[in-house]
Amino acid sequence: MAKTVTVTDSTFEEVVLKSPNPVLVDFWATWCRPCQMVAPILEELTQEYAGKLTIAKLDVDQNQQTAAKYRVMSIPTMIIFKQGKPVANIVGFKPKDKLKQELDAALASA
Amino acid sequence: MDNEYQLIILGGGPAALTAGIYAARSRLRTLLIEKGMLGGLIANAEWVENFPGFPDGISGLELAGLMQKQAEKFGIVTLYAEVTGLQVRGRQKIVSTTEGDFIAPAVIIACGSERINLDVPGEKEFTGRGVSYCATCDAAFFKDRPVAVVGGGNSAISEALHLAKFSSRVTVIHRRDQLRASRIVEEKARSEPKIDFIWNTIVEAIEGTETVERLRLNNVVTGLKTDFPVKGVFISIGQRPNTEFLKGVVALDANGYIITNEKMETSVPGILAAGDIRANSIRQTISAAGDGATAAVYAERYLTG
Repeated sequence: MAKTVTVTDSTFEEVVLKSPNPVLVDFWATWCRPCQMVAPILEELTQEYAGKLTIAKLDVDQNQQTAAKYRVMSIPTMIIFKQGKPVANIVGFKPKDKLKQELDAALASA
Repeated sequence: MDNEYQLIILGGGPAALTAGIYAARSRLRTLLIEKGMLGGLIANAEWVENFPGFPDGISGLELAGLMQKQAEKFGIVTLYAEVTGLQVRGRQKIVSTTEGDFIAPAVIIACGSERINLDVPGEKEFTGRGVSYCATCDAAFFKDRPVAVVGGGNSAISEALHLAKFSSRVTVIHRRDQLRASRIVEEKARSEPKIDFIWNTIVEAIEGTETVERLRLNNVVTGLKTDFPVKGVFISIGQRPNTEFLKGVVALDANGYIITNEKMETSVPGILAAGDIRANSIRQTISAAGDGATAAVYAERYLTG
């Protein structure tokens, strides 16, 4: 069963930037309620996008370097990386249908 | 999942959860439909000091969690889906959702309200780049930096108070010359040295290059336009009811809120409404809970009557 992957400042390059597959990174923190709303949706999406997309989670409180590098100023922010490059940003909670639409558009482009 | 119930509750905040507690204890076969996460708006409040029974206050998230726990304890069934329509067919009501249709003779609409955006140039472009709608989520990104809060109600001032713990300066920009927040919240903000106020002023644009750098302000009394440098802007100018899908189904007031009587009954027998979505609601957690209890009791009377 596919699951979300936890990434940190030190594993970000290996897990996200060098991934052959597209990776969605969910920038979140424990104090953020919309992040808690996104979490179960992302768990479901790991099944639906298995093999097509890796879904990773990065705690911005513990990993401020990466959050700052990608200028995350609002959480949840989900950034989709392809071949190590950020190609789309999704900011804020979206219901599952809406999130999938934005995700599919990002995966189809470039 | 079963498609037929005695009662369907739309929403997942304090009004819906309270209705759920009462309905479940009356052994009504009840389905609660929520699009995001149970708890409602109150779960975003950092600290709640006006809910009876918690003399020392309680975090909004914890209060919402306790309500959810109580509703689940009595066995409500929850579906996570977005409601797209409500139809009346004789005595039956058909609730259409992104997960299919559900039928019940009684429906309680308690899906609250949604955020109003400022709707100015730059707002959308800079969302996540300095524009935020959630101080509890994002305050930490603005440590030792100047921010603005747009709005003058309880939520806006509470956001400002939270931001003052992080930011170097918090400027509240309000279109009127006085706040609409409760006195005790206002007093706290006025005694917080990091918070200052710009009155009678609206934000006309949010500008910057990569991230927010300044706001274009317009003083509505003097007509004077100024640029105001900030790193972040938190927008908290209020809510509007989630009633788009109810147009032509139940009677709404001019602002889109559902009109009810004191039994929480709408213009359609068997459809009731509770909480923030109701016309003349004072939009407080305690009144939403009260509405929810009333609605559940009269829904039961409709079912048995």
